[in-house]
Amino acid sequence: MSQSPESPPPNPGPAPAPAGPGAATSARPPARNPGTALDLAGVQATRVNAAAVASRITALAAARPVAAAVRPAWLMRAIACTDLTTLAGDDTPGRVRRLCAKARLPLSPEAQTALGAHRPLTTAAVCVYHGLVETAVRALDGTGIAVAAVSTGFPAGLSPLPLRIEEIRASVAAGAREIDVVITRAHALTDNWSALYDEIAAFRDACGDAHMKVILATGELGSPTRVARAALVAMMAGADFVKTSTGMEKVNATLPAALVMMRAIRDYHARTGARVGFKPAGGIGSADEALAYLVLLREELGPEWMTPARFRFGASRLLGDIERHLDLTLTGRHASPDHFALG
Amino acid sequence: MTDTHSETAPDYAPVHESAEAVRRWLAERPSFALFIDGRWQASHDALPAIASTNPATGDLLAHIAQAGPQDVDAAVAAARRAQPAWAALSGADRARHLHRLARLVHKHARTLAVLETLDNGKPIRETRHIDIPGAVRHLTYHANQAALVAQTFPDHAPHGVAGQVIPWNFPLLMASWKIAPALACGNTVVLKPAEYTSLTALYLADLVAEAGLPAGTVNIVTGAGDTGAALVAHPGVDKVAFTGSTEVGRAIRRATAGSGKALTLELGGKSPFIVCADADLDAAVEGLMSAIWFNQGEVCCAGSRLLVEEAVAEPLVAKIKARLARLRLGDPLDRTTDMGALVDRVQHERVAGLVARAVEEGAAPWQPDIDCPATGCFHRPTVLTDVAPANVAAREEIFGPVLSVLTFRTDAEAADMANNTRYGLAGSVWSETGGRALALARRIKAGVVWVNCTNKLDAGVPFGGVRQSGFGREGGREGLLAYLKRRDRQQTPDTDAETATLDTDAVPAGVADAVHKAVEAAAKAAPWAQCDGRTRAAALVRLAQAVDDRRDALVDRLVETTGADRAAARHEVETSAARLYAYAGHAESHEGGASLAQPGQTVLTLAEPVGVLGIVCPDRPPLVALVSLLAPALAMGNRAVLVAGPGHAALADDLQALLAAAQLPQGVATLLTGARGPLARALAEHGQVDGVWCFTSAADAAAVEAAAADDLKRTWVSRGRSPDWLSPPAGDGAAFLDAATATKTLWLPHDA
Repeated sequence: MSQSPESPPPNPGPAPAPAGPGAATSARPPARNPGTALDLAGVQATRVNAAAVASRITALAAARPVAAAVRPAWLMRAIACTDLTTLAGDDTPGRVRRLCAKARLPLSPEAQTALGAHRPLTTAAVCVYHGLVETAVRALDGTGIAVAAVSTGFPAGLSPLPLRIEEIRASVAAGAREIDVVITRAHALTDNWSALYDEIAAFRDACGDAHMKVILATGELGSPTRVARAALVAMMAGADFVKTSTGMEKVNATLPAALVMMRAIRDYHARTGARVGFKPAGGIGSADEALAYLVLLREELGPEWMTPARFRFGASRLLGDIERHLDLTLTGRHASPDHFALG
Repeated sequence: MTDTHSETAPDYAPVHESAEAVRRWLAERPSFALFIDGRWQASHDALPAIASTNPATGDLLAHIAQAGPQDVDAAVAAARRAQPAWAALSGADRARHLHRLARLVHKHARTLAVLETLDNGKPIRETRHIDIPGAVRHLTYHANQAALVAQTFPDHAPHGVAGQVIPWNFPLLMASWKIAPALACGNTVVLKPAEYTSLTALYLADLVAEAGLPAGTVNIVTGAGDTGAALVAHPGVDKVAFTGSTEVGRAIRRATAGSGKALTLELGGKSPFIVCADADLDAAVEGLMSAIWFNQGEVCCAGSRLLVEEAVAEPLVAKIKARLARLRLGDPLDRTTDMGALVDRVQHERVAGLVARAVEEGAAPWQPDIDCPATGCFHRPTVLTDVAPANVAAREEIFGPVLSVLTFRTDAEAADMANNTRYGLAGSVWSETGGRALALARRIKAGVVWVNCTNKLDAGVPFGGVRQSGFGREGGREGLLAYLKRRDRQQTPDTDAETATLDTDAVPAGVADAVHKAVEAAAKAAPWAQCDGRTRAAALVRLAQAVDDRRDALVDRLVETTGADRAAARHEVETSAARLYAYAGHAESHEGGASLAQPGQTVLTLAEPVGVLGIVCPDRPPLVALVSLLAPALAMGNRAVLVAGPGHAALADDLQALLAAAQLPQGVATLLTGARGPLARALAEHGQVDGVWCFTSAADAAAVEAAAADDLKRTWVSRGRSPDWLSPPAGDGAAFLDAATATKTLWLPHDA
């Protein structure tokens, strides 16, 4: 994408985190994205060529096969970067406790040992509706696994703004360390970028210390250029993560949308030094798909982004497929699905 | 969100393609013979064999034979024997043969890909995804066309024997580009692969035999430059097709001048890659990866000259450098490798030498700090900034992984810089503003222009260059026409009194001056090329009406000067007028076409004017021949400098009056009369003339073709055998329109 060279550079953010390619990420919480003023000229000058995006995705699929020998390491990293999610109308405390148990032990201890995991593997977070935050917080107490709450009138985001802001506050008070907010798509669809900026900035304000993931609902934005612009506005307004989808749109996470958002993150990093995270969500169900996203991440943003601090999968089915895939690696056989613990 | 995962990010590991099968195949064939007349034959000339090595490791792969004159003789003779029967096959039968060959190549794709990678040094990913599938695609497309050739081109016949010389950058792909259309049209083939990379062509020879192609239909002779020279000069060859360097192309043009051989040349380039400030810069960076770092930059249409709008030069170069830091250079058999080895040590030295010279001339070099094997012909991707237009890196084709970066301020400057080269093969334009991109694409002087994409090719789409990038097209209708000749051309020897007037003496200064004045006026009349069809049609109609208005006077004049009878003279004048009206129609209809070559790819083929055409007219029949040559030239937007001989002297005033009546813009059509030979030579030598048509003697043709070799301008010669100017199918139509145009292919990708 391009940004107008004439537009003034936005307020510089903090100095870039010290991680370089391949470097270990720090154990302390990563610096947050402080946001910048809205650089409207920069947003409007951003253009994305859809056909070129598609051709990059196609080319990369052939260019970066993940060798069988290193695939377990990649897939375990995918697990570590997963927001294990349940967002159904029939969710109950029991269901959520079960999911949290899976988050604590996504692979059997035997499999983890056999695959050479460096430490007990967990998912990055469990993602639920507000009403189940407290249940999840209790179930995950002492694990370091974050509870994420979808918020702001998820998934459509059309409830009154004060209610949406109040919803964030309530989830934070209930113990959610991460808040996944949805944007008013109409702002993006009508190029009302200042309204979008103000809305997201207000969300960020309500989040306090909780990290904010901004869901763009890319499947409803209509063009990659609009996706890129919305991602930039979200980052300027202080998003810690930009996220593709709620999982409820007709089209959810796609590699082209991911590419466009990653490039927006890269440009924002180049201008401010802030490393914003990326979360593809919705419809990612197989180990192979997960690898494709991780390859794209490595190529477009670099290995320093391949960490839960900067990358998440929002998924419910994915973990099961990765588990089966890793088991196949270990045993050379396809196991019965009942061999694996339910989430 | 506490980061509890502090391990290093997972990395890639090599994914090796097994070379076992290929090594076994090679072990059984330590040295290769020549494939002549359907079987392997030892070289008669017994020249020393050539060692074929793997440039990534230096390992010897095999020895290949060096064909000498006797071997070339034998191959051409075999092709000659096989040709009549091959041409006599039905289109469907030729299709069956080519489809069988295509299927066999597809079946052996994996082996061929590995063999190509070992022989050339290019990454396995490219051979598997581009080279070999591309070869299958070309064979299949032309198999399909073979079934249709007789219907599509009813007035055409194959040339006969095609002598084809191909380069080392896409060995099997180029072999299929050459063989497939030749065979589809009923020609037989003698193919000379490049000495660095002959192995896949030799593998193909076995597949040709297995496919059951008749003996002699395809002959493959290996060797170096001498073998190629012997092939193109061989009197038994009717059509020469060459892909390679401009230098060798020039030598081939000289060697074949006056021989009557049909010739197509696909030569070098220094193609511009224009990035506007309103481009998707990330897309442009990926485009550059393909434009100049694909195939180690060993690509004739490589986008080696980056012209970036000054306002975004800094961010773009930063993005390029960041992207190159992730490029994987190394083992070509590893599927995660992006760039392999250059083809040979000689090429490596050439590239390194040109980079050193560019730096001496002021360029600032940059290379990413990525792993690079210590042995083998590997060259890190290189970016040269601060490249002035005069720098060697802005002018010479490097044919390696080296990008030259130049900046521009305005679109007009971008177009000027893009065209400031002697080449004209390809170009690409990156802008998200449709109108701006199209306007720039139209202004680039090249055979292929990619808008927001690069290196897109398809067997169904014409590819080829203008200027010193050669002439002729491969792919599509134009590519088939390159292997056909018109059947209906009347083989009536010219009755010109004046023949063989061109000698090797210098052109007299007065003549050169007159030609220069006319050519300069023509060059200044460039807006004629841009004006619309109706404007050109209107001019032709004015010319036609001028002939109508002066009909009786012209008839009188023809009777008086040619001694023709009145009816014949009247017929000539009326035919001349009719022809002008017909070309007025063509001016508005022969403009090109569009196709959806691939999903998400709209491709326009534009019939662009050649430019300034020098047209040497025959003496007889004086009016209709001149009109038949001038009209298509003007109709298609060319500017014409006409040369008329003594036969026209008495008509000169009438012709000038006609041109005046047509009210053509200054310089669009200029008539020069006088000693035809020197005038023709002066035109062929003039650097601002883009093409020469010579419809006089064979000696004139030879001199024009030889003189045109210097800057490789297009020529069209009759060699003393003019068409029957008075008969409509011979004297006008498609052949004239094709000669008056250069196909420019515009690729316009969009969301599928």
